[in-house]
Amino acid sequence: MKDVSFGQYYPVDSFVHKVDPRLKILFLIGYIVAIFLAKNFYGLAVCAFVLLLVILFSRVPILKVLRAVKGILFLVIFTAALNILFNRSEEVYWAGPAVYWRWKIFSVTQGGIVVSLFLVARLILLVTLSSMLTYTTTPVALTDGLESLLTPLKWMHIPVYVLADVMSIALRFIPELSAQTERIADAQKSRGASLDSGGPVKRVKAFVPVLVPLFLAAFRIADDLGEAMESRCYMSGRTRTKYKKMHFTWRDLLVFLLLGGMIAGVVLLRIYIGGIL
Amino acid sequence: MNITAEHLTYVYNAGSPFAAKALDDVSLTIEEGEFFGIIGHTGSGKSTFVKHLNGLIRLPSSQKHYKKPKAKKGKPAPVVPSLKVGDFDLGSRKTDFYALRKKVGMVFQYPEAQLFAETVFDDVAFGLKNFEKELTKEQIESAVKAAIGIVGLDYEAVKEASPFDLSGGQKRRAAIAGVIVTKPEILILDEPAAGLDPLGKREIMALLHRLHSTWCKTVIVVSHDMDEIAENCTRAAVFAEGKLVCALPPRALFLKTEELRALGLDIPLTAKLCLALRERGIGIDCDFTADDFVRAVLAKRGAQ
Repeated sequence: MKDVSFGQYYPVDSFVHKVDPRLKILFLIGYIVAIFLAKNFYGLAVCAFVLLLVILFSRVPILKVLRAVKGILFLVIFTAALNILFNRSEEVYWAGPAVYWRWKIFSVTQGGIVVSLFLVARLILLVTLSSMLTYTTTPVALTDGLESLLTPLKWMHIPVYVLADVMSIALRFIPELSAQTERIADAQKSRGASLDSGGPVKRVKAFVPVLVPLFLAAFRIADDLGEAMESRCYMSGRTRTKYKKMHFTWRDLLVFLLLGGMIAGVVLLRIYIGGIL
Repeated sequence: MNITAEHLTYVYNAGSPFAAKALDDVSLTIEEGEFFGIIGHTGSGKSTFVKHLNGLIRLPSSQKHYKKPKAKKGKPAPVVPSLKVGDFDLGSRKTDFYALRKKVGMVFQYPEAQLFAETVFDDVAFGLKNFEKELTKEQIESAVKAAIGIVGLDYEAVKEASPFDLSGGQKRRAAIAGVIVTKPEILILDEPAAGLDPLGKREIMALLHRLHSTWCKTVIVVSHDMDEIAENCTRAAVFAEGKLVCALPPRALFLKTEELRALGLDIPLTAKLCLALRERGIGIDCDFTADDFVRAVLAKRGAQ
């Protein structure tokens, strides 16, 4: 009952939630391409605008979206710092000295500031859109989408459906196992186990009373599931029908046009505007 | 140790779309020496309630970033949930939850799932070693021996055995031994007889009575089984949708047939028989244990 929210999925009903998961995955790939095609801030502005649209139409609260960025805050700061300190370009973008400060191999230049801002913007856009995918798509829909997109591999006799089954079973049992972990941890805690104090070695050792029963439970579940599947004549490799069929709708067409428009815009801006600013 | 809960409220996943009120303003006192039953449907909040009792779920006021709700003008003062177990104030940040857990033993549903050690001895000794670090080997051995003995297992036969080689009922008893080995004053059991056959159920209940008279002062049993409650408990609380409906001795509780059925709960077999007899004009006055029911019926027949 407790940890119903697994992963990041944010359950509301919205335009973005309803878009075909396959298209959402393709959209993410297209978005990444667009971000790397963009050579200047104008291109990124187009991407940012698209991201804004996605967030608006997904009805995911903005605070929740920002939390995804918070997760990579360290990476962002690190990237920015490295780029500012090691960039030695002498280019001038605004009135003032090109180089503000220099010491041995370190320097702070106008170029460095501009480039690091550019990289930071890229990084934030990338991470935010990826988390929008997981916010608006259930893990099961994601696997289904991936399976469908990997269809070409089937023609090369790679058993995509088996992989997809394995993945969806694994996903299905994550909440189950996490509930089980919590139950066992509670039981051992009330027997005086201290699971969250002491050094790393002590902590790992303290987890043995949780891990052993957890593994046993996992094996038991796997056994039961295997038998249940077999008793219902599960055979891998047969063409199977789906309970939820994925269909392209007008929504998907709109999203597709948006993706196309964005990539075209970024490419045009790349061609017609030379500088980064 | 008495247990006093006042306005206990708990919300799972507070502030998210999954927020669910598991406990809603529960006030309940359980006195030392009671054999207390807790009845309710799945999701009625009974497990959440008992998890509070040994600090597995903490009151908001015992957490780090707790802010006292401010009184607003024109509105009644906000109620602050409180929970006391003996001298432990579970609403306080300073409470030693470790010491509390030594006093309040908790047997979870299917406790055999918590077995992990290589031998039954080690598994039973686990809690003891955690709580009392200064014990000598002999002291541990005698405590483990006593615990394994009282749950009805043969100490010599099982001490070196792997807990995973025991039968289902034995596993459960070994797991219970692992909780009571520290002699907790309050013992809480969540569905202790679930999944056992009728004989196993009776044995577990007999074990609880043994423990109640000699080992743990207070026993609290969470159960679906109304016969179990009628047969064993001195008092029972009914939970529904996070709220406490009532807390009464079985004699009074199972007269409320309609109310219990409306909550989707059953009544014990003896209460059903009493009802059927009353429909035929025979009033039976008993406390709904099988023995007392039989006594009352025989007395009635003798009188006729």
